[in-house]
Amino acid sequence: MHHLDIAGLEARYGEHTVLSGIDLTVGRADVIGLIGPSGSGKSTILRVLMGLLPPVAGMVKLDGEGVNYADATQVRRLRDRIAIVFQQYNLFQNMSVLENVCVAPVKIKKRPRKEVEEEARALLAKVGLGDKLKRYPDELSGGQQQRVAIVRALALHPEILLLDEVTAALDPELVSEVLDTIRLLAKEGMTMLIVSHEMAFIREVASRVVFMAGGKIVETGAPAQIFDAPEHARTRDFVSKILRH
Amino acid sequence: MWSQIAEEWPRFATYYNLVFIAKAAGTTLALSALGCILGTAIGLALAVTRVTRSRWLAPLRILALIFTEVFRRVPFLVTLMLCFFAFQATGYDIPLFAVAAVSVTVIAGAFLAEIIRGGFKSVHPNQWEAAATMNFSLLDTIRLVILPQAWRIVLPPAFGYFVMFIKDTALASQIGVIELTYVGKVLNNKGFSAALSFGVILLVYFAISYPLSRLGVLLEARLASSRHRRA
Amino acid sequence: MSYTLQFGQIWPFLPRLLEGAVVSLQIAVLAFCGGLLIGTACAGVKSFGPRWLARIVGAYVVFFTNTPQLVQIYFLYFALPDMGILLSSFMAVVIGMTLNAGAYLTEIQRAGFESRRASEMEAAEVMGFSRLQQIRYVILPHVAKVLFPPLSNQFIIVTLGTSMAAVFGVEELTGEAFNINAQTFRSIEIFSVTAGIYVVLTLAASVGLALLGRVLFRARTELI
Repeated sequence: MHHLDIAGLEARYGEHTVLSGIDLTVGRADVIGLIGPSGSGKSTILRVLMGLLPPVAGMVKLDGEGVNYADATQVRRLRDRIAIVFQQYNLFQNMSVLENVCVAPVKIKKRPRKEVEEEARALLAKVGLGDKLKRYPDELSGGQQQRVAIVRALALHPEILLLDEVTAALDPELVSEVLDTIRLLAKEGMTMLIVSHEMAFIREVASRVVFMAGGKIVETGAPAQIFDAPEHARTRDFVSKILRH
Repeated sequence: MWSQIAEEWPRFATYYNLVFIAKAAGTTLALSALGCILGTAIGLALAVTRVTRSRWLAPLRILALIFTEVFRRVPFLVTLMLCFFAFQATGYDIPLFAVAAVSVTVIAGAFLAEIIRGGFKSVHPNQWEAAATMNFSLLDTIRLVILPQAWRIVLPPAFGYFVMFIKDTALASQIGVIELTYVGKVLNNKGFSAALSFGVILLVYFAISYPLSRLGVLLEARLASSRHRRA
Repeated sequence: MSYTLQFGQIWPFLPRLLEGAVVSLQIAVLAFCGGLLIGTACAGVKSFGPRWLARIVGAYVVFFTNTPQLVQIYFLYFALPDMGILLSSFMAVVIGMTLNAGAYLTEIQRAGFESRRASEMEAAEVMGFSRLQQIRYVILPHVAKVLFPPLSNQFIIVTLGTSMAAVFGVEELTGEAFNINAQTFRSIEIFSVTAGIYVVLTLAASVGLALLGRVLFRARTELI
């Protein structure tokens, strides 16, 4: 059974259709790389999946079970299993690093604080932030904040992790530390959907690459196929432009 | 005027009169403080109601909007009279202080709702979004994420309103609450000159309001200088 | 709970309430315009005037913004006759409200004056503008735009404040409500209708001022 099944998904901002006819299947431990020009709808797919933008048509199935986004209870259950990391980190500004990671597991999932904190410390140490527990987001660099955001998502024990251009807001020298973290997750078998402009990284880490344009999926395939032998002219065009940079 | 005041002063500055004024000042302060504390609770409830999304709560949202708009656009004296006569119509013997307190609370609630809503809006939308994706309920989001960030925006104007209400409660004298202004009228009726009676009352108001408004300015400067720091 | 609402009885009095509303608006406009003159002069003194004068203006502002308008008017109405100055209740209210509004408008306008951009001033100085020309061509247009929203807001506050005139027997909106109440004893109905008129009046003023501000100064005012 597929981990995530998306069929005929359509979404709009007001009158403007931003996604249409999205079909995508994601197996367990798959790492899907979503690429395409800006405004092509890559990030919108993640927002729709999280229930931040209700779809107007289509079907999303998690482990074969359909999700009704109009039903708050079902959305809540879905958010228990899928976590997202935002491009702008979206860390809670009023909380320290440790609190940011622990607040949802402790206050929302009602897990024992001691156990959660222990786990949070271990995770933060793993991404090289073991000495920043008491710092606040505005005292950290972008790369550090982004790693906190990833750890915060992981502490929720998601089955699927959505990463929305997590390196786009970072200075180039900070990118590698975040990518290392994601690489580690991929190795551990986390199912992930990654929206990114880091083509070399996508090529390395993704099991499948999806190229999008104008709110539609143009082409899906193994990284080697998409980057070296794309079938569609648009994909070819995009890939050649990007790789020339 | 000064010679007359000097002549009246020994008769005026009796222990009884001074206690009378001090008690009235206490009533004035209690009225504003009570109104602001209860008003904050109501204002918070109204502000939270207005940021709900659920379709089922739409009627409540509209009611909250009407409440805040209306009571910010009705003079305090008129609200006071409405409360006064509404309580009278119930037939129960309700203390005048309670009537005035309810009126202040209603108006304070409307004004504070707007201030608190402004504070909510000052918090970046991505904070709401992050909380939503982590399954925070609306109340959890506000309690754990939004209020801890919004309070420094909310506090200075809210405090400003508290100081303003100290002066606004002067109108409670019109329904017979024995606060500062009422005492001014009583002293005047007792035969003291208006200059002395109301002059002293003005000074007492000033002595209460001025230090508090200075405190408000200080508070604002303090909070503004640390706007981007944590709560 | 024997009180039943009977709005029917008070509809005949609606014209009187509306006449009262006109008086309310007159007081508001008088006090606001007078206050604007005082406020402009005082803000000018505070920002550009000699220090001793600025001190006096400061004392005026601090005193009037830290005491209740109602008691200020009481003082004018009851204490001035002792000194041989007899004011009608209407005049006492208008003068009291003008002085009160003047103090608040000084504060508002001073904040506006301070917001003038230093760089603009320097540019104007380099271009050889005189002090007065700087004020006329550089400061005022900028200040007008910054000031319009808080001034509109203050006008609404002044309008609501006019209801105090009823305490002194002026027959403006609230005063008429008191009069009609004494005749009919339909208190809740009368005061709710009165409240409704204030809401309509101030909403109309808010909308009108917001539109005016947008046309004149491109000032953006949030309505609701």
